Amino acid sequence: MRNRFPALGPVLVVVAVILAIWYVAVIPMNAKWEYDQAARNGRELGFGEMVALTMAQDRPVLPAPHQVVIGVYEQTVGCDAVGRRMCRATTPLTLQGFGERITASFTSNRSLIYHAGITLSATLLGFLIGTGGGILLAIGIVYNRAADASVMPWAIASQTIPIIALAPMIIVVLNSIGISGLIPKAIIAAYLSFFPVVVGMVKGLRAPDAMQLDLMKTYSAAGRDVFAKLRLPMSMPYLFASLKIGIAAALVGTIVGELPVQQGGLGVRLLSGSYYGQTIQIWAALLVAAILAAGLVGIVGMIERRVLKRMGMAA
Amino acid sequence: MAMTDATSARAEDASAAVIEAKGLNLTFETNDGPVHALKDVDLTIRKGEFVSFIGPSGCGKTTFLRTIADLESPTGGTLSVNGMTPEEARKARAYGYVFQAAGLYPWRTIEANVRLPLEIMGYTRQDQAARVREVLELVELSGFEKKFPWQLSGGMQQRASIARALAFDADILLMDEPFGALDEIVRDRLNEELLKLWARTHKTIGFVTHSIPEAVYLSTKIVVMSPRPGRITDVIQSTLPAERPLDIRDSPEFIAIAHRVREGLRAGYEDNV
Repeated sequence: MRNRFPALGPVLVVVAVILAIWYVAVIPMNAKWEYDQAARNGRELGFGEMVALTMAQDRPVLPAPHQVVIGVYEQTVGCDAVGRRMCRATTPLTLQGFGERITASFTSNRSLIYHAGITLSATLLGFLIGTGGGILLAIGIVYNRAADASVMPWAIASQTIPIIALAPMIIVVLNSIGISGLIPKAIIAAYLSFFPVVVGMVKGLRAPDAMQLDLMKTYSAAGRDVFAKLRLPMSMPYLFASLKIGIAAALVGTIVGELPVQQGGLGVRLLSGSYYGQTIQIWAALLVAAILAAGLVGIVGMIERRVLKRMGMAA
Repeated sequence: MAMTDATSARAEDASAAVIEAKGLNLTFETNDGPVHALKDVDLTIRKGEFVSFIGPSGCGKTTFLRTIADLESPTGGTLSVNGMTPEEARKARAYGYVFQAAGLYPWRTIEANVRLPLEIMGYTRQDQAARVREVLELVELSGFEKKFPWQLSGGMQQRASIARALAFDADILLMDEPFGALDEIVRDRLNEELLKLWARTHKTIGFVTHSIPEAVYLSTKIVVMSPRPGRITDVIQSTLPAERPLDIRDSPEFIAIAHRVREGLRAGYEDNV
């Protein structure tokens, strides 16, 4: 049995280095405000005192890592997220109380778990639409010369338009025909995630070489057999590579789609955080989005390993 | 000696022409002008013959085999396979084709690779299983059913690809340098096995090679070809017995045939200089 986490040591070292750089960067980023405050109050600020203060600001330019982690905690199971009543009822915090808080957190619109759930559902729906559409488009491109010549340039052009410019228009147009809520965000997610799937699947479906296609011809194989028994299985490694990019892109698309809608989601937390200068809230939402993305890519990777192993192609 | 009689009886059956080419031409149009891959090729292959095509690269031996298989279309002359056009013969699944590379699907086990043509041709599951077992036994790969191709040596992979071509009921086996990428020792062994297999299955075999000993050892008929334009320069009817141990290659008869093949190849070469 192969060790599934062979690189845990190096990973931890990299994380430690990033955290160290982050902490060091916090000091000069936040120092100006502390010196200004001290000057206003007419007192001298020692270096040690200044460093301590930069790590504990309410609205820092750059929050320290531990502030972000505490922010995530506060905005998932903290009193702010679950509400005063639940907070009082479960203080001091027991394991059971912790569970109750998490349950409450799923439905509280002040909680990151609630908002992450909204983002996740639109991401998954958009990913499904994008993947399905991407695969169908790839099949069209591979089997039809006209589609190859006409669709591919449009697919490439579509990705050159900044999604941030396109998202509000998609939402406005769909809203005017009575579609709002989950679907418009999912469509924006699909818009970003279909492209890597198209590119990967076109490459994968075209991967069989002349000899393999000749072999099928000697069997007088029907087109659907060539597809099902040769092109499709051959495209699997390409598909999974694309799915990993696609699902991360779907998450980005959803978050961008949430900005103009303002009906919940991590995008809303990012935007409202920036409106009110709540930098810790922004960073906490970013961290949750990153965890979500890592989890989704990890799940796709796990399915990939299972499928390719069954196909005898485990890398 | 019963076997020799049977073989010669089959060879004498003049009506059973399986593959017949008359004035066959194939010209590829390229940017540098036309390339005559095949020029005025006349050849008759009878039922049960083992015919080798030998010649330097560019002589059209592979092209001829591919034309028989309807993987290339002739630009002139006539070609019939089992009394049909090559396309009809291909659609009637008249032949099995073994390529230079084994070309097994890496995502299928050996068993599933051999089953591939049977699935496509719509054999019943029961029939599929029986045939797979039978042909894997024939190529001595029993016990490797569940292995994936990468777990097998090159020689074993090529045997599996032969099994795949034998799995369905085609009378003709077309082989395009099937052992070209294998080392000499493995190749000798597979040659021996191929002869046994031919004796047991009574198939008509077309075999492309660029090895003189291989052609002489295997064939009942050796077709010597030469390039520019691709054409047949000599057709040698082998006088070797049907029973051929490996050391027959040291016999004077074998050496005489090999010499004639070499002369044919040289003549074709000198024509071009």
